[in-house]
Amino acid sequence: MTFIDIRNLRKSFGPATVVHDFALAVERGEFVSFLGPSGCGKTTILRMIAGFETASAGSITIDGQEVTDLPPAKRNVGMVFQAYALFPNMTVAQNIAFGLRVARRGPDEIAARVEEMLRLIKLPDIAGRYPYQLSGGQQQRVALARAIAVKPQVLLLDEPLSALDAKIRVSLREEIRSLQKDLGITTIFVTHDQEEALSMSDRVVVMNEGRAEQIGTPFEVYNYPRTRFVASFVGTLNILTATVIDAENGRLAIDGREVLAAHTVEGRASGDTVTVALRPEAVTFGEAADGRDELAGTVEAVSFLGAVVRIRVRLESQTVSLDAFNQPAVRLPAAGEPVTLCFARDDLLVVAGG
Amino acid sequence: MKASRIGPWIAVTLGALYFLVPLIGTFEFSLRMRRGTYSFDAYRIVLGDPNFQASFLYSVVLALATIVVGTLLVVPTAYWVQLRLPKLRPLVEFVTLLPLVIPAIVIVFGYLRLYNSQSILPLTDSSRGTDLLLTFGYVTLALPYLYRSVDTGLRAIDVRTLTEAAESLGASWSTILFKVIFPNIRSAILSGAFLTFAIVIGEFTFASLLNRPAFGPYLQLVGANRAYEPAALAIIAFVVTWACMGLIQVFGAARGPTQPK
Repeated sequence: MTFIDIRNLRKSFGPATVVHDFALAVERGEFVSFLGPSGCGKTTILRMIAGFETASAGSITIDGQEVTDLPPAKRNVGMVFQAYALFPNMTVAQNIAFGLRVARRGPDEIAARVEEMLRLIKLPDIAGRYPYQLSGGQQQRVALARAIAVKPQVLLLDEPLSALDAKIRVSLREEIRSLQKDLGITTIFVTHDQEEALSMSDRVVVMNEGRAEQIGTPFEVYNYPRTRFVASFVGTLNILTATVIDAENGRLAIDGREVLAAHTVEGRASGDTVTVALRPEAVTFGEAADGRDELAGTVEAVSFLGAVVRIRVRLESQTVSLDAFNQPAVRLPAAGEPVTLCFARDDLLVVAGG
Repeated sequence: MKASRIGPWIAVTLGALYFLVPLIGTFEFSLRMRRGTYSFDAYRIVLGDPNFQASFLYSVVLALATIVVGTLLVVPTAYWVQLRLPKLRPLVEFVTLLPLVIPAIVIVFGYLRLYNSQSILPLTDSSRGTDLLLTFGYVTLALPYLYRSVDTGLRAIDVRTLTEAAESLGASWSTILFKVIFPNIRSAILSGAFLTFAIVIGEFTFASLLNRPAFGPYLQLVGANRAYEPAALAIIAFVVTWACMGLIQVFGAARGPTQPK
């Protein structure tokens, strides 16, 4: 059953429309991420769900109740902000208790809930501290506790990890996900970090220029991008231009070299140009065996990335990057060396709109 | 001493002399009431004068009323401008600066014309009404200082996010203002309040033309009729003002729970 139902949502600021007819149905207990670059409209949609922005058109329904025109205080929606937004004049306990006090809960209930929340975020001993006495990670945990203390029906997370350093970001995202699963709270998470979106979400909404480019599970979005934008934004991808030789049989030419796609190229005729995508991890060195295609080129650059070595190979006019595991015992080609690349036909994706 | 430092030192010394010599002279003169020896007689007479006590108390009460009314007017206005009407900021800043360019005597004649006994709102008909009018007049005079202090305080915190965080937790506007905004700009409000206090304590024009028994007209009256007491009063007025400035520094520099790491 749909818990959050967003229909034809639009937002304009003067003549500029930043969200175009956005629609999304979120199930109860689902974790959905809005992923996209700055200015794509993801935060605006989140703020419309929270009630901080008024929708220019469309509707938002939460658990069967339309909330489109309700003020934020009446929506029972918890929000965690990028800048933590803890009240600087209050201690951690007072921050967590704020929403409960506003709701006029009894002092015993408030004290018990605050203690429960502090245990939940694994910071039981910081009740008396002020926000400025906490690290960024601790502040964000407290902000999370404050948001869920009032038992909101929806939890909104607006880039909550962006201000934290890399290590804390990884540990906190795991904590947020496990907390969300334990509490079963329907959550919408806004991020521009694809790794966060892919690792935490049940579904990802990839956004671009105020529109949802693709909605799907992390696996679908990563492996089967529907548009050129999704292909380029989610993960590192080789975007190549190919010429259609035989659309029905999926025969294409990349820099004059014939390859065979796994599927027919719909809506294109021979001689048309299409965009194809190839993940770096799907490409290996060596000649093609059955069910695989090959391309030939010269190594242009070798970049050491730690566990992975990224090698850029120039074909005729285009380049293809491939990722190889860093194994000291295995020799990798050097710059200027001619190489043959191969990949499975299933991995060659013909991208719509290309 | 390096040659490059001599210039600034000369400037500082000249400035200090310009400020301190008259002050030291006034203080020295205020101690000369008893012939041939220094004494605090002038201070004893001034502080023991019932008119001094009454006028000082009157001005203190009015200063406190001005601070309360001014704060209740300025904080929500500055907050609203920052949160929802940022485009209005230049206009509001201009309006709050007007009391600096319009002489107090012009303002008070305007008041007398608007609120005299023949007007729709005859505030000058009664003492209480005139006290109220004087308070509002002082709020106007203090507006440039109070607004700037509060606005600076609001700029130092993330007003929008704090407001939204409180809203998402179900807080009403009054709860947000009194539980979140006011406490977080406390030192800014106090700075504005002490400046307001210092202005009101020594104000003469409004109180004199509205015929109220404030400290400013008392200073003028004593100054016109006595020799040593006015000097003592001037020093007392300086001490009160300096105390206010000192308190601004104390509250401004205090590391409270609202300060970030």
